[in-house]
Amino acid sequence: MIVYIVRRLMQAALVMVVMSILVFVGIYLIGDPVLMMISPDASELEREAVRRALHLDLPMWRQYLLFVNDALHGNFGRSFLAGQPAMGLIFERFPATLELAFASLVMSLAIGLPMGVYAGLRPSTPGSKAIMTGSILGFSLPNFWVGLMLIMVFAVMLPDLIPGWPRLPASGRGATVDVLGVPLSFLTLDGLRHLLLPAITLSLYKGALIVRLARATAREVLPMDYVKFARAKGLSERRIVGVHVLKNIMIPIATVSGLEFGQTVAFAVVTETVFSWPGVGKLLIDSILLLDRPVVVAYLVIIVFFFVVLNLVVDLLYSVLDPRVRLESRAT
Amino acid sequence: MSATLSVRNLRTHFFTKEGVAKAVDGVDFDVAPGEILGLVGESGSGKTVTGFSILGLIDPPGRIVEGSSIRFNGEELTAASPERLRAIRGAAIAMIFQDPMMTLNPVLRVDTQMIETVQAHVKVSAAEARDRARKALVQVGIPSPDERLRAYPHQFSGGMRQRVAIAIALLHKPKLIVADEPTTALDVTIQGQILFEAQRLCRESGTAMIWVTHDLAVVAGLADRIAVMYAGRIVELGRTADVIERPMHPYTKGLIGSVPSQNTRGHRLAQIPGMTPSLLRLPAGCAFKARCPIAVDKCNEMPALEEHRPGHWARCWRAAA
Ligand SMILES: Nc1ncnc2c1ncn2[C@@H]1O[C@H](COP(=O)(O)OP(=O)(O)OP(=O)(O)O)[C@@H](O)[C@H]1O
Ligand SMILES: [Mg+2]
Repeated sequence: MIVYIVRRLMQAALVMVVMSILVFVGIYLIGDPVLMMISPDASELEREAVRRALHLDLPMWRQYLLFVNDALHGNFGRSFLAGQPAMGLIFERFPATLELAFASLVMSLAIGLPMGVYAGLRPSTPGSKAIMTGSILGFSLPNFWVGLMLIMVFAVMLPDLIPGWPRLPASGRGATVDVLGVPLSFLTLDGLRHLLLPAITLSLYKGALIVRLARATAREVLPMDYVKFARAKGLSERRIVGVHVLKNIMIPIATVSGLEFGQTVAFAVVTETVFSWPGVGKLLIDSILLLDRPVVVAYLVIIVFFFVVLNLVVDLLYSVLDPRVRLESRAT
Repeated sequence: MSATLSVRNLRTHFFTKEGVAKAVDGVDFDVAPGEILGLVGESGSGKTVTGFSILGLIDPPGRIVEGSSIRFNGEELTAASPERLRAIRGAAIAMIFQDPMMTLNPVLRVDTQMIETVQAHVKVSAAEARDRARKALVQVGIPSPDERLRAYPHQFSGGMRQRVAIAIALLHKPKLIVADEPTTALDVTIQGQILFEAQRLCRESGTAMIWVTHDLAVVAGLADRIAVMYAGRIVELGRTADVIERPMHPYTKGLIGSVPSQNTRGHRLAQIPGMTPSLLRLPAGCAFKARCPIAVDKCNEMPALEEHRPGHWARCWRAAA
């Protein structure tokens, strides 16, 4: 197990090195951050001074080595623009994104799993057909459009039309509570209300995916001999579906949920923008536009690390869910 | 003594898009307490469907057709409520499946799968249920049962898995066991052991058993009586010795001719020519007539299952021939 984790972490380190080189080269090629940072009428002398201060006058490979040296000491540089440590900037924003991604995942599982299993158990009922048609909508509606529609309906139209209808907030995180120094929205009522619309927006696609996956797996598992044998043992329908079928369905669901969670954290930008959610996605986009290299690099390092941890968690979960996997990982 | 199970005119049809597949079409037999009935027939003849029908485990598009009767200890199962059937399944009637690799749920430990079976039928504590599970494993000859209980199915060999499945079937001391080719997937030594244990169990506890197989040689040494199925119908039924030594139906004769034995060594095994007809396009009359060496015009009418000798029935116009 330890060997396995160490191997994973080493892979991660390698990915981080490659990513950081790519980002360095990429941003170097795109343009000169200094031009973005100081006013166009500044003199060549002033620009040179800024360049020197940020080590941008050095050849790229030396800049990179400097960065690596600093990074190994835990220093990922300061944002060119904000002047704050880049890591600090990201860590400020990261919890908001994680929270949003997590809320949308929980929501999509809570709704998608029962619907998918139902559609798998009773494929020909009108309800199942409605669910499957709905899931196609969930796949195909673009995120930003769904977000805008939700805002229009729940933050504008319904409260305007129907007196007393609660107006859902459409921007920001609302009130937060600090848990171990991390601000969290979902612990306050106001925060929850703020979380609702963006989480729904993000959960639509994921929910649709889980519905289809759960249905497909249920249809695969149900004709299995062990399900029939469970019935031959005289088990109740509830136990058969809730234990024998569901436990098998959870194996692919866990994998996909992990992947989807990672995707959301890394690419929640659109939704975060629509709902002015103070997450890390918005920060990244701004930093890329302004060629704020330290922030972009620090972000990628964190994301790579996050994906490694996430994959580890999924693998562990997988081995809990599927005993056949457990044996193999012990053998290797 | 009255029969444990009495099946009359059992018809189980599958209503598919391509047509109605009459997988079981008018099957009659009895099984007495302590008796082993061998149900023999080639692939697709409806043996498994017969077994599932008895347990009420036929899924759509299949269903047991009106007019069928399955009486178990005097109770009409075709009229029983789903909850009543659930209560009977696994307790009074148990089934053992064909493929031991597929019968146990791969993601649940063996103890989970045994304890749930106990608790589905009697209100006992988990500890008590576990103890029963342990005893059942000992009964089927599984060494170090405590350790085995905590294992997952993939940690067992095929033979061991089938023993576990048999142990599960035995948990509630059923009055009837439907064993659907339980030894086909196992090697011969283990097959022999399991056959022996099955026989002992029936004799000792008065359990009635239906032993499904396509292998006449297996049931010859095991069953008290043999029922031969062809295309959803019983074509011959009688005491094992009678059926093996003096078969009346040409299909049974063909089956016996194709069993390897001392006498056939060095000779080409006889085979029944032709193939099983599709259930969707069964010809009128006897389903076997196209492959039958002694068919006559009369065979275009369906013969009835008749008692040509005492206790020895056949569905053939030329049974006496
Ligand atoms: N779900 C189903 N839908 C349609 N037809 C079915 C279904 N299940 C079984 N049948 C039909 O019932 C027939 C009998 O099947 P059954 O499984 O009882 O055969 P069997 O005698 O057990 O054969 P084997 O020795 O291969 O197990 C098959 O030929 C098949 O056409
Ligand atoms: Mg079968």
